[in-house]
Amino acid sequence: MALWDIFVYILTGVGITVAVTLVALPMGLVLGVLFSLVRIYGGKVFSCLAGVYSTVMRGLPPIVLLFILYFIIAGSINLSPFWAGSLSLGIISSAYQMEIFRGAVLSVGGGQEMAARALGMSRIQTIQNIILPQALRLAIPPWSNEAATVVKDSSLVYAIGVAEVLRRAQFVGARTFKPLMAFTIAAMIYFGLVFLVSHALAILERKTRIPAF
Amino acid sequence: MTNTILRIQNVSKIYGDTEVLKDISLEVNEGDTVVLIGPSGTGKSTLLRCINLLSSSDSGQIWLDDQEITAAGVNHDHVRQHIGMVFQDFLLFNHLTALDNVMVGPVKVLGMSKEEAHKKAMWELERVGLVDRAGHYPGQLSGGQKQRVAIARALAMDPRIMLFDEPTSALDPELIGEVLEVMEKLSREGMTMVVVTHEMGFAREVADRIVFMEKGVVVEEGPPEDLFYRPKFERTREFLWKITELYGKHDQDGEQDAASVED
Ligand SMILES: Nc1ncnc2c1ncn2[C@@H]1O[C@H](COP(=O)(O)OP(=O)(O)OP(=O)(O)O)[C@@H](O)[C@H]1O
Ligand SMILES: [Mg+2]
Repeated sequence: MALWDIFVYILTGVGITVAVTLVALPMGLVLGVLFSLVRIYGGKVFSCLAGVYSTVMRGLPPIVLLFILYFIIAGSINLSPFWAGSLSLGIISSAYQMEIFRGAVLSVGGGQEMAARALGMSRIQTIQNIILPQALRLAIPPWSNEAATVVKDSSLVYAIGVAEVLRRAQFVGARTFKPLMAFTIAAMIYFGLVFLVSHALAILERKTRIPAF
Repeated sequence: MTNTILRIQNVSKIYGDTEVLKDISLEVNEGDTVVLIGPSGTGKSTLLRCINLLSSSDSGQIWLDDQEITAAGVNHDHVRQHIGMVFQDFLLFNHLTALDNVMVGPVKVLGMSKEEAHKKAMWELERVGLVDRAGHYPGQLSGGQKQRVAIARALAMDPRIMLFDEPTSALDPELIGEVLEVMEKLSREGMTMVVVTHEMGFAREVADRIVFMEKGVVVEEGPPEDLFYRPKFERTREFLWKITELYGKHDQDGEQDAASVED
């Protein structure tokens, strides 16, 4: 197998790597924002529950949750390896993203909230129009780190047999006795993906920056 | 015929085991400018927060026009729409331009159309002399300009009454004048206002009534002439004297004259 063929064979897995990321990251985003708001505004009980969720999910190695979801739960609800993997990464990520957004919301500050409420905005209107637009901007840099983590962690689904970049690299490396080359190609692909994501988010951050703030 | 806009009756507020407001009663008539003065920690900010329901009072009643706003079941958001609030540290919305800061209330709270709100906001910015700064973000405005935008933002809701909590205390001395000017103009135009301030020049010239609070009680209230020249209590005189000396060097001579006239 020529170098080119090995490269193409591994690259074919990018689609799945990207797909896993595109499930896990947005899922973590939606849940993360939601849970961070529950954590801050949800009242004692819900806030506490959200806190427990965060602590537990950040305390688990992603691979453990992935195994639990795939080997224990997936059997009874017919979950494909792809979905079991993507969902568990999304759950783990939601806990990290929750902390990112919680920090961002808190650093927007109570003054902004007070000014909005004094205008007659309801709590929901305040969150929607005043808090989130500022918090989401503040969250971009730490979120960029989390996005990179999820791109890289997507390789974990290889452990349950999903044919993404790493799995293909391992397979073709073993078959052609060129593991160094195969893994180097995989590494470059991951690096390229992370670079793209970070770069895109840096642009987003620049475009949404509040003048003179 | 005077129309009472705000009536505060026997309001008390307790934080922990200190009674921050003790049995406060106060009336503000339509078109009046009431200046609230008193030492730090006396409960002036707390009183303003109780008026617009950002804090709940522990006893007593507050009426806005004919509605008891402290009654159970009152929608606080609706009440606050009618009460404008200006804060010491401006609290403009950081992510919005001056124009959008002024528009956001009418659009989101009153449900006004964008075009109508735009017109309204430009009109309010005109009132505070900042039409040419409409597209600027808060970070691009001076402190005085920020506070004037904050005033325009409150005005855009067409409030029944405006509350000011030390609106010039965070400003460099040279920027205080432009904010006081705007407030004076509002007062002349007949806006009903309650102003917490240390600016004794403003109190003397603009206030219809001065209320002196200390340790959570209203010690004395009356027209500026009475409080400055014929205070009933020695404490009032002492405080006015001290504050004039601290904050308004240019007022000091007048104050000394007043003191000697009285002796
Ligand atoms: N949220 C709160 N929790 C507990 N105590 C509070 C709270 N807010 C105010 N206080 C206390 O209530 C008292 C009155 O405070 P307030 O801010 O109303 O005074 P003030 O007259 O506005 O003073 P200043 O001139 O310094 O602004 C102070 O002793 C303050 O420590
Ligand atoms: Mg205060």
